[in-house]
This record gives sequence, structure tokens and C-alpha cells, in this order.
Amino acid sequence: MDSLALAVALPLLAALLATVWPARATLLGLLGALATAAAALMVITEVWEHGQLSTALGGWDIPLGIALAADGLSAALLAMTALVGLAISLYAAAYFDGRQAMHFWPLWLLLWTALNGLFLAGDLFNLYVTLELLGLSAVALGALGGDRAAVAASLRYLLVSLLGSISYLLGVVLLYTAHGSLDLARVAAALQPGPVAAAAMTLMIGGLTMKAALFPLHFWLPPAHASAPAPVSAALSALVVKAAVYLILRLWLDLFAPLVTTGAAMLLGGLGAAAVIWGSWRALHAERLKLLAAYSTVAQIGYLFLFPPLFQATPPGPGRDDLLAALVLMILTHGFAKSALFLAVGVIQKRSGHDRIAELGGTAQRLPATTFTLGLAGIALIGLPPSGSFTGKWLLLNGAFASGQWGWILVILTGTLMTAAYVFRVLSRAFNLEPTPPGFVTDARTELPALLLAAIAAIGLGLAAAPLWPLLGGGEDGT
Amino acid sequence: MTELLFGGAGILLFAMGLWSFLVHEPLLRKLIAFNVMGSGVFHILVAISERGALRPDPVPHALVLTGIVVAVSATALALALDRRLDDEDPDG
Amino acid sequence: MTLDTLLPAAIVFSSLVPGLLIFLVAEESHRLRILLNLSGALVKLLFVAIMIWGVYHDHNYESRLTLAPGLDLVLQADALSVLFVTLSTLLWLVTTVYAIGYLEQTPNRSRFFGFFSLCVSSTVGIALAGNLFTFLVFYEILTLTTYPLVAHRGTPESIRGARIYLIYTLSGGVLLLTGTVWLHALAGPVTFTQGGMLGAVPTEQHGTLIAIFVLLLGGLGVKAALVPLHGWLPESMVAPAPVSALLHAVAVVKAGAFGILRVVYDVYGIELADALGLLTLLGALASATILYGSLRALAQDGLKKRLAYSTVSQVSYIALGASILGPVATVGGVVHLVHQGIMKITLFFCAGNYAETLGIHRVSQMDGVGRRMPWTTLAFSVGALGMIGLPPIAGFVSKWYLGLGAVTAEAEWVLVVLGLSTLLNAGYFLPILYRAWFRPAPEAWPEEHIPPGRLETMGTLLWPPVITAGLCLIAGLLAEAPFSPLEWTELIARREYGL
Repeated sequence: MDSLALAVALPLLAALLATVWPARATLLGLLGALATAAAALMVITEVWEHGQLSTALGGWDIPLGIALAADGLSAALLAMTALVGLAISLYAAAYFDGRQAMHFWPLWLLLWTALNGLFLAGDLFNLYVTLELLGLSAVALGALGGDRAAVAASLRYLLVSLLGSISYLLGVVLLYTAHGSLDLARVAAALQPGPVAAAAMTLMIGGLTMKAALFPLHFWLPPAHASAPAPVSAALSALVVKAAVYLILRLWLDLFAPLVTTGAAMLLGGLGAAAVIWGSWRALHAERLKLLAAYSTVAQIGYLFLFPPLFQATPPGPGRDDLLAALVLMILTHGFAKSALFLAVGVIQKRSGHDRIAELGGTAQRLPATTFTLGLAGIALIGLPPSGSFTGKWLLLNGAFASGQWGWILVILTGTLMTAAYVFRVLSRAFNLEPTPPGFVTDARTELPALLLAAIAAIGLGLAAAPLWPLLGGGEDGT
Repeated sequence: MTELLFGGAGILLFAMGLWSFLVHEPLLRKLIAFNVMGSGVFHILVAISERGALRPDPVPHALVLTGIVVAVSATALALALDRRLDDEDPDG
Repeated sequence: MTLDTLLPAAIVFSSLVPGLLIFLVAEESHRLRILLNLSGALVKLLFVAIMIWGVYHDHNYESRLTLAPGLDLVLQADALSVLFVTLSTLLWLVTTVYAIGYLEQTPNRSRFFGFFSLCVSSTVGIALAGNLFTFLVFYEILTLTTYPLVAHRGTPESIRGARIYLIYTLSGGVLLLTGTVWLHALAGPVTFTQGGMLGAVPTEQHGTLIAIFVLLLGGLGVKAALVPLHGWLPESMVAPAPVSALLHAVAVVKAGAFGILRVVYDVYGIELADALGLLTLLGALASATILYGSLRALAQDGLKKRLAYSTVSQVSYIALGASILGPVATVGGVVHLVHQGIMKITLFFCAGNYAETLGIHRVSQMDGVGRRMPWTTLAFSVGALGMIGLPPIAGFVSKWYLGLGAVTAEAEWVLVVLGLSTLLNAGYFLPILYRAWFRPAPEAWPEEHIPPGRLETMGTLLWPPVITAGLCLIAGLLAEAPFSPLEWTELIARREYGL
């Protein structure tokens, strides 16, 4: 069976098995996670060798069958999902037990199925289905904590998510009405600027910005992400939000390319800039660590939307390819860093019973590996070298200088300093003289997955990002 | 002509549902509004399946069926979460 | 993969790897930690020795890693980088010995020594950086690795000092980043090139070049403690003595000063910088800093604070040297990079000894300390007299060449600055020496931690300042010997000016 189908089928199969055999859910879940990651690895190697992949499930061709396709962009996101997913799985195996484990594993594997399906879907309607599956499983996972705040936040998240996807669906229907096809490539080839296409674009991208929590539609994110259990928060912030961003990027660059105007790009950029400042400001004043991390996600999503105005101003060629690679690099770095951050916060929360920043001192001091994780994740969020987001930010600034768009530079630099302020507000609590920790690692099963993710974000992606360029089809001299 | 009628009605339903979704606070009304929006979209799909061709286009039908399944599951999940909230509410 | 492409990276890794391993060492394993520390320092010294020989014989060392198209991490060795690498490697070895004596009994040792090694790794990364991008990367990493050292004690004052340090250095980092990216967008990859690499930029862009220089100087000036960006330095005196020694003599302030040298000589080129009027700006800032730092030092009673303001003043001699056109002044400025380092580290070691042994933190408590701790006070005297510029100590050589260079370049105002500064140096150092040697000792010392034995204090605390004081004398006495700092600096000046 080919790797594209396996990447979607394996987590689905594991989810079903974990549902019918709940007593062994953790074991089945871990095996499923491993198998899914292996399938993702196969897809990535094949994309690496052939550039593009596609397959029709069960020999049923489009329009009725389900087509899967992969290119460099989807491979990159698939890779991030596999690594982050593996770390979250290892962590969750130690974090959840009993009933919670029984509920967590099927939903988590279903979420992973939806993510892989979304990254590999080649037509607009399958994208809708995976989007809904993703939203529903994310909401159910978010409510897993069971307390009132978590359920209320998840319900709000569900309503926003539904509104976003139905708006997307209406856009898809308009496109089908006009072009009689759902295949991304075919619609893209046939698309002509006009009122129908413009309405479809507004509906689809507008609906997705809700799911991506772009300012001012971010209101649902902080309570939902802050009240979920730590491994779930990690998945929501690192992966689920990114899936919406990925889809926006796909539509913006592939489907609606002839339609996008400088005005629309500037609008997205302006909202992104507002998100950077507002999210950082709220993170700076958050009293709880998880709320800080959630607002930081709002700000980091903002950075990603600073790219469209620069895409608009840069003619196709190496410069534009560099910008695209920088954007993907920032998406990946944030995914790794934010999941590491949430997992580390989970360790602290379990240890001390709370996550109030002002009272962290002793706990952070006692857990050097977790404090290290916070530090490395912080470096990646600020965008300091040698993190991947430093390279990304450098190319972003370079693009802004090259196209003379000075306003964004100011936003990026202000955001950097504000991020540094909220990161070090937490880190400075880790310096108490007493107690001296007995060793570097206290609980390997939860601390090490987080540390590994943070190291990938803060060091790995910075120093080893060069292969990303050929993967994304950019600059020839990218090796 | 029927096509236009159904399509127009669909868009109208969607808009009414959206308005209701945004304006009303109680969850049940929001959910009904969401389902009305869904029906609007399905209306349009049913309308376009018939245009011009000799036999109806099967794709919109498949889409509508899938869409209904998704909408029902979403509604069920929302109701389940709301039940949970009510159970925990001390004033219940 | 040959020695030539591996050596620069190996020099960075020789402290990076031990540093990372130290984090994993259990607190109680003193011996393992000491072994890792010292073996890293010695291996690095060996690598540096090979590099000195190679660069002297025009060998090219370069390690390169591509991060993105047009964005390379390059470590390479030229005469200037070798000078800075040697300084930091030698002083790291000495400071490690000192820090073991100073901190091996206190809590959180693994964290301290881990970051200590990472800090030196980033310093040698700065020294070996082959382009402005690489310099920026290591410059920012240096900020990150020194923060935990400044905050190490965990008291509210040290957290506050570390926060101020961070606010200054990260803001500076943002300025440097902006300037660097802008220059990159304007002129492509900014490789350090002897004689400058911006000659081809058309005249109508010269306004932009001036703006970029101001940004770069703003970023570098924070670490080099140029007035008015010096505020963090006295505040970060809350750090343990070996950290202060390292920050002031080797790592942080030197990174800033070294960056200024790189930008003036190897990015803009001294002729272009002169033509754009940038040297005047730099000279004015440096002179103001020299005088302001000395004036503030006069008024400090805290010994470390007085030394801190003295650093503010002395480091700007390097920038002053860079702001005067001509090879002689270049020699004076660049050689002060080394001379200030060995003199100031001696002074900080001694200040740490007074505090650790007798609990002396203030100048007013130093009466008669010379008889209780003669060797420490002797070392302190050598450092202090060198700072004033008394021959034959190293500081005299720097001042002599700076003065000579100013006369050659017909910039006589520099002599006024040097004269005033020397008077002020004497004004804040001689009273200390007078108190220490000639005033009677008090009945009891503030807090006598270490009773007098065969040595006046612990051996690991005593030997480092004695050795570095010896280096100050040797660098002055044997200034004309081959491979002395002065001789090496003359090699740098010859290559920069293409003589």
C-alpha cells in the first residue's frame, strides 16, 4: 500500500483499536504513534526523491474518489506533526492514566489522522472534511480535563470552529458552482478574477482566519488552550492552529494567486501586526504560565501573517522562494517550541499543583531539565540565534528592507523585545540559591520529550535548515 | 429558473442563520442557527446538481450526505458538552 | 575535511562540549567537573597554539555552515581574531582555576560552570566570526549565556542586576540585528575583509551607510559600555567575582570593542569610515566615555563599582584607537584589547580575594590590607599602576602608541584626553594603594572567612592574580619580543593598512 494512504490510515486504525480495547489504549496508542511517524517518514523520503506525490484511494479517481497528494510544503508539516506527535505521545503515556488515558488515545489518534489527511488532501471538499474532523477531535480533547472552565472554553471553541468551517464550505460550493470541480489544481487553473471568486476567497480565508486565531478573531484561543491538559494544549497550539495557517497559505499561494491584491495582503499583514503587539502585551501581563503560552501563540501566529504583504511585493524568483522557506521555517520552529513549552509547563504544574508565575521559584529551581526546556523554547519564541525562527526572522527582515516596507520592521523588532520581556519574566524565577537540584533530569519520561522538542526548535532548525530549501523547491544553491 | 430559486433561497437561509448565530446567546439557538446555515449550503448544492446536464451531477449529492453527517456529529458534540456544563452547574 | 576546515570549529567545541556535559554532572562530583573544566581549557589552548603558528605563516583556516541561501555561518582565523582568541583562551584557563577556588563550595555549581563554558565558547565564536552575520549570532548567544551567570546568586539584587543587563544587551542586540540585515540587503553578504568591503557601494547610498553605522555602533556600544549605553555595567557587579572578571576583561565588553574594530576596519574600511565622518563620531563618543567613566570612578566607595567605572573608561581606549587614522594609533587601540584584559582581570581577582578572605567590599575598609595580604596587594598594585600608565607595565605601551598615533595623525586633542584620563586614573587608584600599604590596619577585618596560614588565602584564589600580574609586567617589559601582544598587533596593523 502506498505511503500517502498509510499516513492517514494507520492513525485511524490505531484510533479504532484503542476505542474497542480501552484497557490497552496506552500501548496501542504508542504503537500507533510509532507506525504513523514511520509512514510520515516514508512520505517525506519519497517527496524528497520525486518532488511531488499523488494517489487516488481505492482506484476511484476524482471527482468521486478521494485523492491524496504531497509536495514539499505538506511534507514539511507532516514531518513536524510526526515528531511533535511522537513526543506528545511519549509524554502522554506517562501523564495520563485510567479513564483519562482511555479517552485521550482514540481522540488524539483521530486528531493525528485529521492532521495528516489535511496536509495530504488534494481537493477542496476533503479539506473540509478533515478540517471538521480536526475541529471536533480538538474540541473533545480540550474538554478532557473535565472541569467547568475547560468545558466552557471548549464549547466556545467548537462554535467558532463550526462557524469557520461552514464559511469555508460555502466558499467551496461557490467555486464548484463556477468551475464544476473540487480538485485544487484544476480549480486553480480555471480560476478567473470576478465577484464569485472574490466572494469564495473572502469566505474561505475569512473562515480559516477564525480557526487560525488571527487577531481580532483570537478571543477563543487563550481560554481553550490554557484550560486543556498539557499534552492537549501542546497539540492544539503547535499543530491544530498551524493546520489552519497551512490551509490559508495553500489557498493564498496556489488557488487564489491571480486574485490576491495588495490591499488584501496589507489587511492580513496589518491584522498580523496587531496580533504580534496585542498577544505579546497580554502574555506579558498573564498571571498563569499556560495563559502566557496561549497568548504567545496569538502573537506568534501574527508573525506568520506579516509575510503576505512581502510576497505581494516580491517578484517570483529566489527572493520569493526564500520568503516562503522562511515562513515555513517559522511555522515549524513555533510548532516545536510551543509544544515543548506546554509540555514543560505540564511538568511544573504536576510538580507544584499550580502554574502561577509569581510562585514558580522553588519548583523551577528543582527541575533543571524543564527550566532548560523553558529557556530553549523561549529562545525560539523570541527568535534569538541559533533558533530556526532567527533565520526566519532574518529573511523576513531582509524581505522588508528589500521591498522598503519599513512599518513591518518596527513591528517585528517591537515584538521581539516584548517576547523577550515575557520569556525572561518567567526564566528569572528559576534563579533561587536553594535548593540545589540533585541531578539534571528528575522525571525522564516527561522531561526528555519536551527538552528534545525545544532543542530541535532552538538549535536543530537553526543550524540544519538548509535542506528545507530544496524540499520547498526554492533556491538552487540551498545545500 | 428553479436552480436560481433554490440557490437564492440557500444563500438567504445561510445569511439568516448567520445573523441568528451571531445575535443569540443561548447555545440551543446558536446550534439551530448553525444547522440552518448548513441547510442553506446544502440547498445551493442540490440546486447546482441539476443544471443543464442530461442526468444529475452526483458530486453535490455526495457532498450533501457527507455534510449532513458532519453537521449532526458537531451538533451532538455541542449538546454533550452543554450537558456536562449543566451537570456540573451547582444551580443546575 | 582537513585540519584547515576543522580547526576553528574545534576551538569553539573544545569548551562547548565540556560545558554541555557539565550540566549533566551531579553536584557532588567535584573532581569530574574540575577535570572537564580544565581539560577543555587545556585542549583549547593547544588548538589555539596551532592556529597562532598557522596564521603567522599565512595559513587559511575556515569552517563554514550554510543556514540558508546567502546566509553562512563562517568561522575563520586572521591576525585580529587570533589575538582575541588567544586572550580569551588564556584568561579562561586562569579564571577557571580561580572560579573553582571561589565557587566549588557553593550551591548550583553545575549550572554555573556549564554556563561559564558556554560563555567562553560564544566569545571565541565572536573572535573567529568570518562575517557580520556570524558575529551577530555569537554576540546574541553571549548575551544568553552570560545572563544566568549574572543572576547566579539568586538574590533580589542579582535578579535585578541581571534584568538590567538583559534589557540593555537585548535592546542593543535588536539594533545590531537591524543594522546587519539592512547592510545585508544593501550590499549582500558582509564578509570581514581587510581594508573594508563597502568600497563598491555607490556614493548616493552613503547616507544609508551612515545610518547603518549608527545602528551598528548602537548595538556594539551597549556591550562596549560607551556612554550613554554603559548603565548595565555597574549594575551587573552583583555577579560573583570570577564572572565580573570574565565580563570585564574578556567576554562582554571586549566583544563590543572587538565588534567596533571589525566594523571600522573590516566592514567599512578605515578610509571610507573617515570619509563618511564616522571616525569623528566614534572618537567623540570614546573620549566622552573615557572622561565620564573616570570621573564616576572617583566618587565610588565600593571597590567593584570603582573598578566597573574604570572599565567603562578604559575599554574606550580601544574605540579611541580605532577612531584615529593611521597604523600607529591602530596598534595602540588593538593592543589595549589585550593589555586592558590582563590588567583588569588582575584587579577583579584581587577584589574577589579581599571579599572572600576578609570581607572587604569598600575602598574605605582597605586600610593596611597590604600587610595582611601582601601578594594580593602587590598584584593589585601592578594592575592599578598599569592602568595609570606607569612604565614598564603593559598599560604604558598602549598609551604610548595611542599618543604617538595621535601626533602622527595630527589629532592633538587626543593627547589632552589621554592626559586628563591619566590624571583621573591616578586620582582613583593611588588613594587605594596608599590606604593598602601605608595606613594602619584596623583591629579586626569586616568578616574574616579564611584565617592566615602558610599562604594569605586559598592557593586557587592567590595564584591567578599573581600570574596575570606577571603577564602585565612581561607584556610591558618584553613588548618588542616576537609573539608579544605588541608585535602581533603590529602584524595586524600592517595587514589592515596593506603595508
